[in-house]
This record gives sequence, structure tokens and C-alpha cells, in this order.
Amino acid sequence: MDSPLRLIPTDPLDQLARTLEALLVVASAPLSVEDLAAAADDDPERVEDALRLVGERFAEDRSGIVLEHVAGGWAFRAAREEAAACARLFERPAQRNLSQAALETLAIVAYVGPCSRPDIARIRGVAADSSVANLLERGLIAEAGRDSAAGGAVRYRTTPLFERVFGLESLSELPRLDDVGADAAEIRDRLYAVAEKRSA
Amino acid sequence: MIVRELELDLDAFEGPFDLLLALVLKEELDLRDVDLAGIVTAFLERLAEREELDLEACGEFLVLIAALLELKARGLFPDEAAELAELEPAEAAEELARRLAEYRRAKDAAEWLRERLAAEGDRYFRLGPAPLAPKVETPLAPQDPESLARVLSMLAQEPPEVSLSHMALRFPPVSQFLERFRALLRRRSRFDFETEVGEMTRLEQASAFLAVLELRRAGELTIEQAAPFAPIRVTRIAEENIVREERTSEWTVRSA
Repeated sequence: MDSPLRLIPTDPLDQLARTLEALLVVASAPLSVEDLAAAADDDPERVEDALRLVGERFAEDRSGIVLEHVAGGWAFRAAREEAAACARLFERPAQRNLSQAALETLAIVAYVGPCSRPDIARIRGVAADSSVANLLERGLIAEAGRDSAAGGAVRYRTTPLFERVFGLESLSELPRLDDVGADAAEIRDRLYAVAEKRSA
Repeated sequence: MIVRELELDLDAFEGPFDLLLALVLKEELDLRDVDLAGIVTAFLERLAEREELDLEACGEFLVLIAALLELKARGLFPDEAAELAELEPAEAAEELARRLAEYRRAKDAAEWLRERLAAEGDRYFRLGPAPLAPKVETPLAPQDPESLARVLSMLAQEPPEVSLSHMALRFPPVSQFLERFRALLRRRSRFDFETEVGEMTRLEQASAFLAVLELRRAGELTIEQAAPFAPIRVTRIAEENIVREERTSEWTVRSA
């Protein structure tokens, strides 16, 4: 198989790949295949083929710029090897000092969301106001309508930035967490023991 | 060891335990913001520093922390607290276990996110607002320059001269109609305004109408009209009721 770098420049797919590179380097957020196809004025399927070309060119260990599929779109980022240099010049404000409370809140919004502050407080057992405000400020969550009940509380969902910061293609990439069976069974048994003593 | 003097260093509160209690009881500090496990940890640390087990302190602490826990639980589940109390012990245990398991899942998810964040910590990318989309230009159909010229020439024309002819108009004197209608009403008790003025010019009709209004003001007649644009019926008022107010000043009306 020929390396894509040796394709003759007049190849139409290679021309499309260049267009995509130009669009991606200007973009400040991931671009969907539809966005790219519309901007390049080309067919979405051909755009996906061209993205494979771009991905081969901009891959870890080959380039300082890496193409990644993240947050439902395509984006350039720095190669992991260059993280140290990047860290000397740039800060990652969305990620610094995420407290345990903020992480738990973020996890609940990511798994249960869209959900309201009372929903979060119910699961965590403490008020979620400050961690919700914190996450909103960082842009990791955003408002997503209100509870359907009258005067319903504001609901929140995670943002594309969340998926990007955590390197997720989409929320479906979050692992399933229903296998905490052992713990739950143990808790239940202990509570049963207490309950039986009380009713005795 | 005095429990009340236990020094606390929590997210929501820093200071002695008794101050925390006071603030909570005065509702100046929301118990929902207070990490009660942190208080327990602080107490256990203090306890471990001592050689002997201070049972009295332990007992007092248990009472206080249990009260706080109950307060906090009630605050967090205001409606469900009652709901839960109505449940059978086994059901209540099931419900609590369900909630604890739910929280455990949230904690596990948070742990996964923390690990993920550490693993993805070397990802740097551009952050910023989306650039503005280019303005969409609404395309126009090809235009004929002649039609533009035609429209412009319409605008460039001298406006028509404003007619001042009405300035010279003279209304017939109202007094003339006053006399006429008085004479008419001496002969008949009522008449139709339209019938009387039907033959007149518009200016005369206007003066005639003013005369009718004037007579009505003087209380010599009444005016009725069933509906807008219906015939106007003028009726004489009995002679003895008329307050004579001769008003023959020759006021003529000029157009406004």
C-alpha cells in the first residue's frame, strides 16, 4: 500500500484532505463530518475517506499535531509527547484542581443527566450548589432546560468540552458502572441485620 | 478532652465544634454544606492522640454527631423522611441500600473520571469561542439599470404645488341659518336636517349644521340621531322653556 504522503497532489481525495486540514487548523472546537462536508462542499463519505488520510499524516509519533475523533467531531490537538513543552506555556483551566465533590457531581451529570441540583444532592447526600457553579464556570456542564414539573429546577448536562477534556468520543464511551454488586449486597445485609433487631 | 473544643478544618467551616453547633442551630450555616464525616475523622484523630480511651467524650460526641446526622438527613430529604418512616424496616433497609448503592456508583464514576483525567492530562488542544460564521449574502436577481433610472426619475420630479384655494373660502354666516331654522320651527315642531339642507352646497351645509348646534346650545331645540350616519332629527322645545339668549354676533367661520 502506498503511503498517502506519496500520493500525487492532483489526486482529488488528497485535495479534499488539504481542505480538511485547513478547516481543522482554524477550528477552535471539534468539527463534525457534516460541518466539514458542508464547508468543503463535498460528499460526507468522501470526507470520511479524506479524514483517514489526514489521520495517517497527523498521528502520534509522526507529527506534533494529532488528529483525533472527540466529542462527536474531529479536531487537532498537540501530540502527547509534546505535553511537557505545552505545559510550560499553556494552562488547562478546565481541568486544574477538580475537587472530589466536583468530580462526583460531574459523574452524576454525565451518567444521569440532564439532572437538577436536587437530583445531585439526593444522590450525593450533600448540597451540590457550589460544585455545580464551579463546573458551570469551567464550562464542563451547561444548563439544559428545566424539570417538567411546574417551577421545575434547572437541569444540567455535560458539554462537548467535557468530552474533549476527558478524551471521549461521546458519552456512550463512559464505562458501565452497574457491577458494584458485592458492595451493595454487603450494605443490604448489614441493614437487614439492623432492621431485624429493631423489629424483634 | 472536651468535645466542644474540638478544632475543625472543613471546607464549609473552620473553628471549634461548639461554634459550628451554634451556627447550625441559628441556621447561619447550612448543614447540607457541612461534611459530617470530616468531623468524625477530626474527632477520631484527636482520640488517637491520647493514651486512654475517653469514654465520656466518646459518648458526648456520639450524641452530638447523631443529632447532626439526623438534622442533615431531614434537611436533605424533607418529604421522603416521612415516607421512609412509614416503610416497614425491611423496606426501609432496601430503600437505604438502594440509595447507598446509587451513591457508590456515583463515587465509582467519579473515580473513573479522576483516573481518566490523569491519563488524559497530556492532551493539549485549542480552546476558544467558535469563530463567527461568514455573513450570508442574499443574492439578488439581475437588475435592469433602466428600471432604477425610472424609479429615480419619479423621485426627482417636482412635487405638485399645494393648493391654497381653500384659504379664500368664505362660509355663509351662521346667523342666516339661525333665523331660518327658528322660522322653520315656529311653523313645524320638528324637521329632518338632511331634508332641509339637501339642496345646499357643502359650505352652506356646514354653516347650517353649526347653526343647529348653536340653537341646541341655547336650548331651543333637541337633536336626535338613531345611529351614526342616520338622519338627524331636529325637534322644537316648548316656547316657555326657552331661555332666550340672543346671540346674533355675526360670527362667521373660516376654514381652519
